[in-house]
Amino acid sequence: MSVDLSQFHQVFFEESYEGLDVMESALLNIDISAIDDETINEIFRAAHSIKGGSGTFGFKEIADFTHVVETLLDLIRSDQFEMKADHVDLFLKSVDCIRTMINQFESGVSCDLEVADELKAAFTVLLDGEGAADGDSNQDGLSSTGEPHDPQSGADGWQIYFKPELDILRTGNDPVRMFRELSELGELSVVAVTDGIPSISDIDPESCYMAWNLTLIGEATEAQIDEVFEWVVDDSELVITPLMPIDGQETNSNEDELTAPTPIEPDEKDEIIDKEVADVKQSETKKLVAKKEVKTESASIRVGTDKIDDLINMVGELVITQSMLEELGKEFTIENLPKLMEGLAQLSMHTRELQENVMRIRMLPISFAFSRFPRLVHDMSKSLNKKVELVLLGEQTELDKTVMERIGDPLVHLVRNSLDHGLELPEQRLAAGKDEMGKITLNAFHQGGNIIIQIIDDGAGLNKERILSKAIENGLVSASDHLSDDQINDLIFLPGFSTAEAVTDISGRGVGMDVVRRNIQELNGSVEVESTEGEGSVFTIRLPLTLAILDGQLISVGEQVYIFPLVSIVESIQTHDQMIHRVSGGCDVLRLRNEYIPIVKLWDVFNIKPKHETVEDGLLVIVEGDNIKIAVLVDDLLGQQQVVIKSIRENYRPVHGVSGATILGNGTVSLILDISGLIKLAGVGRDTYKKINDANDTEAA
Amino acid sequence: MSNESENDLDKINNELSEAQADEQSDQYLTFFMAGEEFGVDILAVQEIRGWEPITAIPNSPSQVLGFTNLRGTVAPIIDLRHCFGVESASNESESDSVVIIMSVMTEKGEKIMGIVVDAVSDVYNFAKANIQPSPELSQTKQAQYVKGLGSTKDKMVILLELTEQLIAESDVFPDRQLSVG
Repeated sequence: MSVDLSQFHQVFFEESYEGLDVMESALLNIDISAIDDETINEIFRAAHSIKGGSGTFGFKEIADFTHVVETLLDLIRSDQFEMKADHVDLFLKSVDCIRTMINQFESGVSCDLEVADELKAAFTVLLDGEGAADGDSNQDGLSSTGEPHDPQSGADGWQIYFKPELDILRTGNDPVRMFRELSELGELSVVAVTDGIPSISDIDPESCYMAWNLTLIGEATEAQIDEVFEWVVDDSELVITPLMPIDGQETNSNEDELTAPTPIEPDEKDEIIDKEVADVKQSETKKLVAKKEVKTESASIRVGTDKIDDLINMVGELVITQSMLEELGKEFTIENLPKLMEGLAQLSMHTRELQENVMRIRMLPISFAFSRFPRLVHDMSKSLNKKVELVLLGEQTELDKTVMERIGDPLVHLVRNSLDHGLELPEQRLAAGKDEMGKITLNAFHQGGNIIIQIIDDGAGLNKERILSKAIENGLVSASDHLSDDQINDLIFLPGFSTAEAVTDISGRGVGMDVVRRNIQELNGSVEVESTEGEGSVFTIRLPLTLAILDGQLISVGEQVYIFPLVSIVESIQTHDQMIHRVSGGCDVLRLRNEYIPIVKLWDVFNIKPKHETVEDGLLVIVEGDNIKIAVLVDDLLGQQQVVIKSIRENYRPVHGVSGATILGNGTVSLILDISGLIKLAGVGRDTYKKINDANDTEAA
Repeated sequence: MSNESENDLDKINNELSEAQADEQSDQYLTFFMAGEEFGVDILAVQEIRGWEPITAIPNSPSQVLGFTNLRGTVAPIIDLRHCFGVESASNESESDSVVIIMSVMTEKGEKIMGIVVDAVSDVYNFAKANIQPSPELSQTKQAQYVKGLGSTKDKMVILLELTEQLIAESDVFPDRQLSVG
């Protein structure tokens, strides 16, 4: 029985990334003055399962490197090594290094070992120094796998007695594969012990009745052998004995015990490590099974069983309602009408609930997106010489997985900006009478159908004069423009804008905030900044909870029904003559509360036949996109409803001014309008928009 | 031929599934446009439907009639008669037309679209030897869809290979630049 391990590779990668995240966050939480055993254990466990996994799947480079890391961790764990601040950094670097290696394996690139070797050397120095300092303390013989004093070359070989549990084959472990692995460590001879095999009538073909005596000649360490049996050790009798007495640090008493191949002994010896392995392994095996089922081709999602149970309950209800209706329909009389109505009401309720719950499956707590920031802030504050405290709030706020994946980069950008531009250096902060420790708060919460993410810093705030002068310098605004504070703050989101005095590797290249805004707008969201000079800035991101459903306003033009995303609508008005100005060149603008808004006739841009061609007869829907407002002429406003977004690219191609389609209650397709696209389609550029307002300003004056 | 009853459609759909079962054969579904018989590879055909109301796509090229709801999927409907510059056989109403739902290979994978024709005709077997290229057409715009000419005992069928050119980006924009003085 041989298993194709490559099918589990993706799972291993995902698990390892998770393990690395655990290590990382635990490392960042370490308080050097009072090291918490549990934290170290957590890091150790994560490192250990990565090592175990990579060994099993044949990623030798990762296993070797992680082994060194684990060794030092184990020393720390057993209080034989004192952890200092720079060790934390070393471990963090190793986490990065392992991540890179896994990444390389994942993408099939050959492993670049340069960094790993460097770090390995650093670890070896630490380990050697430690061994010299208190080598004696290792004599208890209970030390686990991977100790530096493990016999390296003292033994000529090992005698191994291995008697697995009967059901070893059912757990997917193949002794032959283990022996093959062992044979890579040295010259292996295998003698099967067949005493346990029952008579043929009693044999269960899926059980393993055999035991083996193995002799391994070579320079393998005990740790390496342990590793081979790692997955089965707690279900099997396993005795590993060195063939020759070992010289060196190992104590004699320990060896004596070892030379006696009793089945009880290894339990004693491997007690500590076994527990760890067992825990990690069991949970991992479970996960492997669970994840395999959910796994799809490109991505997987981990769903709480409570959510699944809810779904099953709801489907049950749905089935009951359905059979009730079916029963009712078989011999329907008009007396049963109230019953029918009741049944239909139930049906619609269940369907709605079901829909909500299915959507919930795609929801993940935002901590997935937040989790990378402690490390980022830790590293950046160091390189910038700033003291920063990061506060995460509302980590349990749930958000659609797709939105989460796509909000990550903009968030990183905003946090970097706050750190780099927002927060001042400690001296400056002290001079300004603030705590020298700066504070960045990430806050997430729900508001209506939206999720709000705020990045709050207590730094210097936006420097309005500098932004304005920079914007004038870059030709983004003219010196004669009168801009409100909000408008000035908004300038930072324009393409080609950066006030950073020097281009650093962190920010300041002038691409960024506009990309942030565009990314967020692609998710149907918005981003704003509020800032008080000297007190700090607040970036507020507003996102829809999901990309699959949209609150829409149905409108009609001629025979067609279109949908505006409700979030983009500012207001809808009926016009009268006085409000409409005809600017030379055939463009109508609407004057609304001292603002001039270009009028876009939907029938004209979409080339369809409307009921009303003139602005006076129809309705104007004022919508905003890309910070430009336009008034869209439509025939009628219909209703508001939630619509399920369907892709039009799937079977067609992108259409200008249309972001997607949906299917209405009557089965027809309706197009969802894309405001930014509509603005472009109508030829209203930012320049035009400004010109209209300028022209009318002068006209009015 | 242009008036297909529901039963006829069912019959053809049945034949279709039978024909698709045998993957070895080189079979073509043929249909009529302006009296001419055309054929498409039957393996690309998913189903045949009657006329259903569609939603117009703004500024789309003239052969793209709009979107239809194909059991929850949004699929474009192409009037193949426009591509070949022929008039609909029955000018009174489009509801007499038939829509062949088929998958078209594009750079971005398979796309499902419906093509509107006058009427569906039959399923033919063509051996490779019986298919000839059509050199005289190679210069025209329509030629890109023509794979060759298939001949049976008594007639000739124009065999088509539909491409993403059907929905290629050629939106028509009326001239309406906002110019502000």
